[in-house]
Amino acid sequence: MCLGIPGQVVAITDEAAQLASVDVCGVKRQVNYACVLTEGENAESLLGAWVLVHVGFAMSRIDEEEAQNTLALLSQLDELNEEMDAIRASVEDSAS
Amino acid sequence: MRFVDEFRDPQMAEALLQRIRPLVDKKVQQLGRPLQLMEVCGGHTHAIFRYGLEQLLPDMVELVHGPGCPVCVLPMGRVDDCVAIAEQPDVIFTTFGDAMRVPGSKKSLLQAKAQGADIRMVYSPLDALQLAKKHPEKEVVFFGLGFETTMPSTALTILQAEKEGIDNFSLFCNHITIIPTIKAVLDSPDLHLDGFLGPGHVSMIIGTRPYEFVAQQYQRPMVIAGFEPIDVLQSVWMIMQQLDEGRCEVENQYGRIVPPEGNRQALQAVSQVFELREFFEWRGLGSIDHSGVRMREEYRQWDAEQKFSLPNLKIADPKSCQCGEVLKGVIKPWECKVFGRACTPETPMGALMVSSEGACSAYFTYGKVNQADHIPSEQLA
Ligand code: SF4
Repeated sequence: MCLGIPGQVVAITDEAAQLASVDVCGVKRQVNYACVLTEGENAESLLGAWVLVHVGFAMSRIDEEEAQNTLALLSQLDELNEEMDAIRASVEDSAS
Repeated sequence: MRFVDEFRDPQMAEALLQRIRPLVDKKVQQLGRPLQLMEVCGGHTHAIFRYGLEQLLPDMVELVHGPGCPVCVLPMGRVDDCVAIAEQPDVIFTTFGDAMRVPGSKKSLLQAKAQGADIRMVYSPLDALQLAKKHPEKEVVFFGLGFETTMPSTALTILQAEKEGIDNFSLFCNHITIIPTIKAVLDSPDLHLDGFLGPGHVSMIIGTRPYEFVAQQYQRPMVIAGFEPIDVLQSVWMIMQQLDEGRCEVENQYGRIVPPEGNRQALQAVSQVFELREFFEWRGLGSIDHSGVRMREEYRQWDAEQKFSLPNLKIADPKSCQCGEVLKGVIKPWECKVFGRACTPETPMGALMVSSEGACSAYFTYGKVNQADHIPSEQLA
């Protein structure tokens, strides 16, 4: 109940009721977008946006840049690990 | 799936674990005891068990599963109120599926349904509102529960009912708030927590600032965390870095979803429809001041508590239940006398055994337990 799922806004279906069609893993569902539209913003600007869908409401616009930053930081760690493994292996090799 | 699969990469998990291990060793040596971290949110409990993260983390890190599963802290008396509403003639009672099997003092909603009450599971409160439009001759009641995560959706549904003039719809409001809950946990004398994984989806609504007191007054690190395995591990690493450097801050690992200032539109809808209750009764934790909300007077027309007379009784949990101690992390689920015996997911005695976000059901389902004798396998070794 408390977990959400990412989906992409594909169409604005009812502006009066603030409903959009959102594609969640290939399934389309009507989702209320009141919480992800800032005042004065046009609903059309949501088209193509990724949102977190939660009990039929879009509760947050997913910040793609932030997602990329997190992943970039983590893959650096991973590369560093590989380097360290290589260094350790070389040290062990020369010791034996 | 986008924004999901990337955060399940096993190689990244290993890279993080390699960073976490030496920091844990160092801290444990300094303190001379294991570390205790609490995940407040049931969503994290679920993720931790589903992906076996507790086994991946060093043995000296103990995860305490906090009270942040709204289904699990629902007191029996409230379930009885639900059943009383649902059994009225001409009522369609709607609820999220999670709440169906929570035991009341006499029966659960599922049992009431089997006996003929019109109870329906819905995915969204908006689906309940649709039902009200389709059945103008019936009163459709929605059982609203959950922390700040679900509050905006019920608030907006009420505002929509007002806009469309639908008056055969009402909300049975059992929403609860996270901050007083965390305070209650921090003030509990039995606990010695070293840090917190903060609830990700509550925070996308309220932002990160309301947690500052955890770092400032209680000097505990807190990291707002996402729900994928990499999110959880990265958050543990961030907590360990804080502990290592002697910092206490509120940090945000889940920046892709949680803006520091929260969601203005959602908060506005919430404060328009709801106001704080003086106190709210929790299963296992007792009454916590200002930890629940009710509907404002202006919306009484859609308030099930005004429309129906409710038994509203305080009902003590069965004596053999130890849900409260498990919730506070004082005992582990399998240490409860009825765990896996009288209390199983099929025949739950306590709500912690009902929801997949509850600690007892998670332990039971994800095989931390040797099914033959109900003792955790690691303790057998
Ligand atoms: S085993 Fe059942 S009764 Fe015991 S703490 Fe868990 S849910 Fe409560």
